[in-house]
Amino acid sequence: MSGTGPRENIFPTRMALTNTKLRLKGAQTGHSLLAKKRDALTTRFRAILRKVDEAKRKMGRVMQLASFSLAEVTYATGDISYLVQEQAKSASFKVKAKQENVSGVVLPAFEVDRVPGSDFNLTGLGRGGQQVLRSKEVYAKAVETLVELASLQTAFTILDEVIRATNRRVNAIEHVVIPRLENTIKYISSELDEMDREEFFRLKKVQAKKKRDAEASEAQRRIAAAKDANVENIEIGGGGGDLVDVKDQDVIF
Amino acid sequence: MAASTSFKDRNLIAVIGDEDSITGLLLAGIGHVENGKKNFLVVDSKTQVSTIEGAFQEYTERKDIAILLINQHIAEKIRPTVDKYQQAFPALLEIPSKDHPYDPSKDSVLKRVQKLFGD
Repeated sequence: MSGTGPRENIFPTRMALTNTKLRLKGAQTGHSLLAKKRDALTTRFRAILRKVDEAKRKMGRVMQLASFSLAEVTYATGDISYLVQEQAKSASFKVKAKQENVSGVVLPAFEVDRVPGSDFNLTGLGRGGQQVLRSKEVYAKAVETLVELASLQTAFTILDEVIRATNRRVNAIEHVVIPRLENTIKYISSELDEMDREEFFRLKKVQAKKKRDAEASEAQRRIAAAKDANVENIEIGGGGGDLVDVKDQDVIF
Repeated sequence: MAASTSFKDRNLIAVIGDEDSITGLLLAGIGHVENGKKNFLVVDSKTQVSTIEGAFQEYTERKDIAILLINQHIAEKIRPTVDKYQQAFPALLEIPSKDHPYDPSKDSVLKRVQKLFGD
């Protein structure tokens, strides 16, 4: 029945009914759109998930290779870590963020932005210069993999969040907004029906009263006419009219 | 858009790692020193956990860092902080080090991936 379930606090009129029906339609459209968005995002999310998993495993191998090349450097040149740490001034290996749009969600993606020309030119000048150079290249490649992974991971985090929010909205519309609007519509139409019945009953009453009034006035008219006739009779009879024949009007009232 | 401006000017990579990892990554050219502030932290066996935590907080709060790399065995030391970190920027990446091979089951992101694949 209309009394069950939550509904909006609204005065039951025809206009409110129309408005609520429009809102219900809007809610249903919104629900289907959001559901589509969620599906699109989930598809994307699954793809990224798989890529993240792959990239993480690849990273393990790449970093191992890089460590190995550094070991070569250490073997050839000796420990260069202090030198390298002290010489670091400004980054030549940077990242640039660009963005990608997936159904209204901005996903950032990092791009490698390398400035040519390098620091540490003097590193390994004595010996092991070749190893140092190679190690630099290997590490640059490794960092590229890392950057790729980082952008995947960022996309993963953002998508995860957005999907959660979208899911919440879809569920809210499906389980709260739409039932409430439906209940409101039910309530308004039942109230309107009730009003219709009352109105009908009232009309009936009015009609009955009018009919009764009409009958009463008709009777009065007839009595008045009868009185006139009586008066005539009396005049014709010369005062000796038949009192039994003539009904006494006053008895009725 | 507010979101786009927040990552447009992020272009550095920060590292918390052991000496070898740092050396290698610096060779690749990610090192950046500005006003005496470095974007890398060398962790050895004597480094206090509080120092690592501090650096982690600093790098995650800096506005010019896009990616934060951290050695997995160091992330292990501050695991609660790392697991709590959910922001998109900077992206947190756990990397293997020379002495500690990569263990996917410990990675906070991969844990979530596994959980999502599981259902």
